[in-house]
Amino acid sequence: MELWIDCLIVLLILTNLKLISSSRLSACIRVVAIQGVLLGLVPLLVGSGDLTFRVILLSIVTMVVKGIVFPWLLLKALRSANVRREMEPFVGYTTSLLVGVGLLALAIWMGRQLPLPAPSKSPLVVPLALFTIMIGLFAIVSRRKALTQVLGYLVMENGIYAFGLAFAHQEPLLVELGTLLDVFMAVFIMGITIFQINREFDHIDTDRLSLLKD
Amino acid sequence: MIWALISLPILAGVVAFFLRPAGPRRALLLLTALGHSGLTALAWVRRPAPAWEGWLLIDPLGLLFLSITSVLFLVVSIYALGYFHREDWGRREDFQEGFLFSNAREPTFTCCLLLFLGMMTLVTLSQHFGLLWVAVEATTLASAPLIYFHRHYRSLEATWKYIMICSVGIALALLGNFFLAVASTLGGEEHVPMLLSSLIGRAPSLHTQWLKAAFLFLLVGYGTKMGLAPLHTWLPDAHSESPSVISALLPGALLNCAFLAIPRVQQVTVAAGLGEFGRSLMLVFGLFSMVVAAAFIIRQLDFKRMLAYSSIEHMGILSLAVGLGANAGYGAVLHAVNHSLTKGMLFLVAGNILAVYRSKSTTDIRGISRILPISGALWVAGFFAITGSPPFGAFLSELVILKSALDQGRTVVAVIYLLALGIIFIGMATIMLRMVQGDPAGLPADHRDSVVTEGHRSNFSWLFGESALAVIPPMALGAAVLILGLYIPPALRQILEQAARAFGGV
Repeated sequence: MELWIDCLIVLLILTNLKLISSSRLSACIRVVAIQGVLLGLVPLLVGSGDLTFRVILLSIVTMVVKGIVFPWLLLKALRSANVRREMEPFVGYTTSLLVGVGLLALAIWMGRQLPLPAPSKSPLVVPLALFTIMIGLFAIVSRRKALTQVLGYLVMENGIYAFGLAFAHQEPLLVELGTLLDVFMAVFIMGITIFQINREFDHIDTDRLSLLKD
Repeated sequence: MIWALISLPILAGVVAFFLRPAGPRRALLLLTALGHSGLTALAWVRRPAPAWEGWLLIDPLGLLFLSITSVLFLVVSIYALGYFHREDWGRREDFQEGFLFSNAREPTFTCCLLLFLGMMTLVTLSQHFGLLWVAVEATTLASAPLIYFHRHYRSLEATWKYIMICSVGIALALLGNFFLAVASTLGGEEHVPMLLSSLIGRAPSLHTQWLKAAFLFLLVGYGTKMGLAPLHTWLPDAHSESPSVISALLPGALLNCAFLAIPRVQQVTVAAGLGEFGRSLMLVFGLFSMVVAAAFIIRQLDFKRMLAYSSIEHMGILSLAVGLGANAGYGAVLHAVNHSLTKGMLFLVAGNILAVYRSKSTTDIRGISRILPISGALWVAGFFAITGSPPFGAFLSELVILKSALDQGRTVVAVIYLLALGIIFIGMATIMLRMVQGDPAGLPADHRDSVVTEGHRSNFSWLFGESALAVIPPMALGAAVLILGLYIPPALRQILEQAARAFGGV
């Protein structure tokens, strides 16, 4: 069992590194989709108790929303925007990868410093969550395309979700589903906004959205 | 009854989306606003029982913010009747650069407006931190389409910044929520529900380090939504590019709702004996916001942006007051009421000015008092009210906060506070008074043909060349602020004192 969890965590870490080192936007979306499905498996393995109805429902909803619905929405936005690659990001791909490794080390170090409740099944869950949040934030600040920023937001949300899965598993189902619904609506509205930005500006580069300032 | 308060706007919003004829839909908007304020007024008379195992509950603090939202929404929806008439669907010319754009379709807009009201109601009523988060994020999502009402690229840019920055900020608040959950599971063996009352009850056993981290993340998260500097960058754009109806609602209702989440957390930290930690953070954020706002208000070229920076200033004052604690808590709740009503009024008047001058420039516009006598007078009154001059309500609340700072011997805080207020007074006086006085200038070339010769003046619904629907709503808000400065009704005073207790404590 522990072996499976560790495998899952390593795969999740690899998806994060792949995200920041890939220039093709469709590949990035696919990576986030894989991450969503893997994340859906986490509650099945990490949960402390038995497999209740609640855990299974949450797992299925997560996989469907994060693994299928979001990528589909974003791929639609991508097609309408007719952009293939992230051109000239603020931080290059090699540098990004190095930063990613640095963040991973930082996350593992931080994970050791934190006093944690009841020992979870793997010591790597907290570092994974922190690492995913950091990668998400890094993608938001280091990329130009609006679409990559949405992906960054999603990855960050995934990290927070992983943290929640590990510790706050007594949270009422309603709150979890409400959170998921909010994220879904956020991605939906962001997708529409990207479509509009593309129609209005003929590009989705957020650094060129700089008309409003003092 | 709690359920009625939440479901009324949501159901009405869904109906409005499918209601094609404009007349019934506008009537529905107004009726919902009336019904919502009616229910809120009932809650003042008899406090409804908690619903849903205590997840939804009207406490004094929640009731106060619910009432602000409800009153503001009612006034704005009356104003919106005239606004929709003016801004019907179709292509129109942009006044700044002359390109063509269209407005969002009115059914969608009305639907989002009503959903926005429903979500804000949910924020004020929820006692569960998870539910509170869901509701605050939902207000962001419901209001994003509202900001993108004028479909052109400036408002699109503002919408993108708004949704991206606020969503990321609020995601951090979610992490804060999880930290809070960890703090509660680390302290004791059994599971503590994330309800405000049960967390306060168990506060001494919460894990200190995690609680501090939780407070920090929640403050940064909700502080982004509230517009505290340096997390405020979305705010001036969103306020200046959204339609007047929405810019009147954003500071008074939306920012308050985000602010409400912070004292809720503060209550837990105070009960856990970490009050001083939370207060010093809020104090620093508050003062910094005031200073940043003062720096940007001076020589501001766009009057809607100026008002937006003034909102940042007032959010700073609220944060500062919470940071001071003790008596300043009373000042904070009173100031939240005063600021919401005054800022709502100013943005509605700004909408009137914008409609006639078709410019947001603070340097070109002159002589508002000649062209729009009532709006001009309200603009001047609003200036005095927002800068905290007597006899308006904000004077009283700002004085209470100053007195509290001096009582605690925090001279430096008091000096920075007064300096920022003074600079903002001068900055806003230069801009706003110059706009009102003098010979009319900065009007569009076709002004004479379009407004003055329309021959509406004999009509009853026109007052001195201005539509009654455009001037009576801001006038009502102005009158309310004036009354609050002179006399606070005993019922309101009682609620304010009870609400202030949320900020107090040692």
